[in-house]
Amino acid sequence: MTDPTLYALTGAALVGIGFYGLLAARHLLRRVIAFNLIGSGLFVFFGAAGARGAEVDPVPQALIITGIVVALSASALAVGLIAAQTSATGHATLPDEDGGEDGDA
Amino acid sequence: MTLLLDVTLCAFVLGIALATVLGRGVFRAVVFFIVYGLLLSVVWVRLDAVNVALAEAAIGGGLTGVLLLTTYGKLARTGAEADVGRGGPNLPVALICAGLTGALVWAWFALPLPQRPGPELAEALPRAGVGNPVTAVLLNFRAWDTLLESVVLLTALIGLWILCRDEDWHARLGVPQHSRPGGVMAGFGRVLPPVGFLVGVYLVYVGADDPGGAFQGGTVLAAVGLVAALAGLIRPPRIADWQWRAALVFGPVVFLIAGLAGAVLFGGFLTLPAEIAAGAIFAIEAALSVSIAVTLAFLVIGPPQAGHSA
Repeated sequence: MTDPTLYALTGAALVGIGFYGLLAARHLLRRVIAFNLIGSGLFVFFGAAGARGAEVDPVPQALIITGIVVALSASALAVGLIAAQTSATGHATLPDEDGGEDGDA
Repeated sequence: MTLLLDVTLCAFVLGIALATVLGRGVFRAVVFFIVYGLLLSVVWVRLDAVNVALAEAAIGGGLTGVLLLTTYGKLARTGAEADVGRGGPNLPVALICAGLTGALVWAWFALPLPQRPGPELAEALPRAGVGNPVTAVLLNFRAWDTLLESVVLLTALIGLWILCRDEDWHARLGVPQHSRPGGVMAGFGRVLPPVGFLVGVYLVYVGADDPGGAFQGGTVLAAVGLVAALAGLIRPPRIADWQWRAALVFGPVVFLIAGLAGAVLFGGFLTLPAEIAAGAIFAIEAALSVSIAVTLAFLVIGPPQAGHSA
């Protein structure tokens, strides 16, 4: 079986990359994508932790499947809010980051 | 040789994640994220987690991709799809994120190596009624999680529907779709649904003993409905259609009844004795997959938006 350490390090790096995207991006759709990167990075880290030892532990796998489904429903709600925000203001960014009316739409 | 494969795979995953975050253009980020989801399902296969790989491919890569693409289309209609300038790399934020990654790396090497899986699991598995240990955890040992998760799905859908404007409430779900007769989408709409339906039902059915289950199969069934709707072959229902509302709550209700029956007959909420566990889990999974399929499809297609049809 594969040594899960490599995948745990990948998961840790994915969390960092996703967090950067969440903080640095201004377009809200990019933020939702970055949020999903953080989540999947944590899932990989968790899954790698469950793959240590002689046999693969099914409990983390079941929790990760639950997590993936919840992440999708949270993303669906988030993009629904983005669509509502955009149709209300014309911008897919948060108002206080726009710099007023001259924000790039 | 396998180390080379693992290193290459991880490098690809990280490279595509970086391209998703740093690349220019929202559309490019969406496309990179879909590729990322598919690569991640290969990661799960490498970690001996085929159940998760199926869920990741169907949900992470598939449905999330459709969701992001349709949202991008909606934003493009109002001219809000353009990427907003970010003014170069942000060094302080990058340092914070590097610190976060460093903390996780430290945690990995600091964590004690557990004796896994515990002997309790090997002891309990023969009494679970199913041979797939992940299904046993989801629908027997930790059935509470799964019951509440099915309610989370419903709650997200209600939250999404609340965003619907009053005048659109009685319109059909989502944005009206048109596909060119004889075009690619219309062709896919005829070829994919029968195959997808078969795959979805099969995944639910084999989930008891092999990789698969209600979530993976239900997602494929949701995708079948979405393909048919995007191709214009079926028209999405309305919020008020009671048959569809019944389908949304069918799975959680069956799950809840099974749990209450356990409380009354076997002395504990969601308790499944070994003799009836196999049949009960199959019934719960079949009902859940119907509700999961309908809920996920409705979540991805979005609230009704009649105003955009013009």
